[in-house]
Amino acid sequence: MIYLTLFLEFFKIGLFCFGGAFGMIPLIEETVRNHGWLTESGFYDLIGVCESTPGPIAVNMATYIGATQGGLWGSLVATLGVVLPSFFIILLIASVMKNLTQSKYFKGFMRGVKPVVVGLILSTGSLLLIKAIGYAGLREFRVDVVSVIIFVLLAGIYFGMLYIKKKKMSSVKLILLAAGLGVGVSLVFEGIVM
Amino acid sequence: MLSELFFTFAKIGLFTFGGGYAMIAQMKETVVEQKKWLSDEELMEIITVAESTPGPIAINLATFVGYKRKGVAGSVMATLGVVVPSVVILFLISLFLDAFMENKYVGYAFSGIKCAVAFLILRAGVEMLRKLEKRAVPRITFVTTFCLMILFELFSVSFSSVWLILMGGIFGVLFYGVFTSKQEVEK
Repeated sequence: MIYLTLFLEFFKIGLFCFGGAFGMIPLIEETVRNHGWLTESGFYDLIGVCESTPGPIAVNMATYIGATQGGLWGSLVATLGVVLPSFFIILLIASVMKNLTQSKYFKGFMRGVKPVVVGLILSTGSLLLIKAIGYAGLREFRVDVVSVIIFVLLAGIYFGMLYIKKKKMSSVKLILLAAGLGVGVSLVFEGIVM
Repeated sequence: MLSELFFTFAKIGLFTFGGGYAMIAQMKETVVEQKKWLSDEELMEIITVAESTPGPIAINLATFVGYKRKGVAGSVMATLGVVVPSVVILFLISLFLDAFMENKYVGYAFSGIKCAVAFLILRAGVEMLRKLEKRAVPRITFVTTFCLMILFELFSVSFSSVWLILMGGIFGVLFYGVFTSKQEVEK
């Protein structure tokens, strides 16, 4: 039953994601891979779309994956699943357990979880990067020149802007810039090859 | 009042890009400065709770503010408000994205976006790493998690990261909550 699976998987994701949307990405990646819900490149597309559309990234990802697997109802149950754990936990804290976040055990739990989450995010990011530039398995590595060039240009522009303007580029602008670079570099490369 | 909560949060959901943290600035402007629903201190307190509990930060914030204003009904309306625009937009996109991706230029654009996605995740990770407590235990936990995840991937071991999160949490409860609490009280 796809609706129940979607609901339970996203409920689990909502319950175990710490540190905002980026803490959720390793869990989503694992889930869509285990169920075969998206291809590797479909996963990048998903994050690109969800980061550059308005609203909470977690809700965007749940709706999108739910919709591709189970249409309108799929998107609704997946979103409900990702929202409910947060909703109940906050309601509990706001109403009866006002001091929960002050408890030393709760604080200890969060302190223990934090470095794990940072490890998960950085390992996921590193793996996505090496996959983006051509890694497919231990014996399969074909460097994707276009992606390497785009990544180097993107990082160069980002740090250049950071240095000149002393301001971080927003994620939406970064994605739009990358889309432009993607079209530009691919077209130039196409010209060279032909 | 309830519909006002819904529409205020729907507006916040519709006009923030980049997730929960971008939403905080928008919340401050709307909820604190315009509507005067909360004081600055109350918002800060809510943000602290939202950051230190699981789940999407935007949902945590909406639920909490809604509850403070109008109890359980308020929290339902505020949460619905922040969720509904996203659901509508992403559902519509999901209908057209596949056809859209067939286009050669869209495909090219997404080959660039792939790099941006990796970059954004790495940037978020590095920022969190910088804020991590500069002590041995969290550092060792971080390095262990990182190496384990890379090894699992390289050798195709399937191991849910939920277990790693739980182990980190249980270790934290024991280490910080039970064993070291005495020393910290003495400090």
